Amino acid sequence: MSVISRGFHGRRRGDERLPPGQYLERGFPVLSAGPTPRISTDTWQFTITTETGDTAGRWNWQQLMALPQVDVATDIHCVTKWSKLDTHWRGVSLDTLLEGVQTNAGYVMAHSYGGYTTNLPLPDIRDGKAWVVYEYEGEPLHPEHGGPIRMLVPHLYFWKSAKWVSGLTLMLHDKHGFWEDLGYHDYGDPWREQRYQGD
Amino acid sequence: MARTAVPGRLIWRVATVDATKDESATARTLVLDVPGWPGHLAGQHVDVKLTAEDGYSVERSYSIASAADGTRVELTVQRIADGEVSPYLTEDLQPGDKLELRGPIGGWFVWDPSSPAPVLLVAGGSGVVPLMAMIRANTDKVPVRLIYSVRSPADILYGPELSERARVSPLTLTYLYTRAAPAGMPVGRINADTLAAAGWPPDSKPAVFVCGPTGFVEAAANLLVAAGHDPAAVKTERFGPTS
Repeated sequence: MSVISRGFHGRRRGDERLPPGQYLERGFPVLSAGPTPRISTDTWQFTITTETGDTAGRWNWQQLMALPQVDVATDIHCVTKWSKLDTHWRGVSLDTLLEGVQTNAGYVMAHSYGGYTTNLPLPDIRDGKAWVVYEYEGEPLHPEHGGPIRMLVPHLYFWKSAKWVSGLTLMLHDKHGFWEDLGYHDYGDPWREQRYQGD
Repeated sequence: MARTAVPGRLIWRVATVDATKDESATARTLVLDVPGWPGHLAGQHVDVKLTAEDGYSVERSYSIASAADGTRVELTVQRIADGEVSPYLTEDLQPGDKLELRGPIGGWFVWDPSSPAPVLLVAGGSGVVPLMAMIRANTDKVPVRLIYSVRSPADILYGPELSERARVSPLTLTYLYTRAAPAGMPVGRINADTLAAAGWPPDSKPAVFVCGPTGFVEAAANLLVAAGHDPAAVKTERFGPTS
């Protein structure tokens, strides 16, 4: 039972595309725990490591650009309550990167330059649901927003879309990433408002 | 990297407004009584939920300004002219009114007062709020330097209290004015010289907290890293969009 806030009416500028507790944002806020790392595409690498510690795939920037590129139009939802509708990205599907990877893993840890991590169920980054992206609205992705390249997993809260991404480690058992270890939800479905552990 | 887990489930609690305090023409502190409040660490925030009579509800996050003190929690809210929530919180809400709140949230942007390392706090505008909680939690008198960037003197939050704390504790204050300065003071943005003069040198291994609008935090954090501070020791909290 909610407490009524006396005299509060609100704007009701809500939209059925906004998950519960979210508001519409037209800018692009930044959430990062520390300084923005500067990663050069000359040295960037993306590595997929299996649950047994084997390297299942490694790409440098040129090799990534040689893969099929896709355009993605989607809404994004940040746990800090803003949502942005109709954002446009360009990158490579994780299906392409995970193709042929032999694994029994049910989970994956995304790793970033700078030490950030976030955990996801493996099925949530397959079948056209997740990408690594390097363009936002037709421009190279700015470092503040995770450039040169970040994950894009738009059906989950945006902290799951790791900035400055450097690789994936496949895991048999789920483990907490950075924010998950600090009390944020393991899955993070915005439509079920899974912001914090226990939600 | 020291971390503080937030255990258990974060339930919504009913908070009652005990008092309100204007901190500037556009910022107000809400002094709340929150029965069952589990306590918090300096730097954490809360989610606030407002519900209209017809059930329409909104949520926003606000930093806690006070040090842990039983069931008392102070939030300082900066009014955003076209905001949906902050005008209500800073203009309409009265003592005795109730709202829903859950927290504390955030285990990264927190300061442990028992850590002896000196502290550098860098605030842009209302980004001073969680840093004020750290200053207020500093009962062991750890040396703290605050660099506080504001548009004009009238925008300073907690001015008299900061001056008093600087008088009686090892707190040094450096104000930067970006639009209008008092007579004899320069107008300008944060730069490498200000950080070198008013901050701690990297070899004193300070704990560094930077909070403010995105552009300010990007600039300050980049300057700190360029000056030699360990990126892992620079904790940031940004608000608002990129330009």
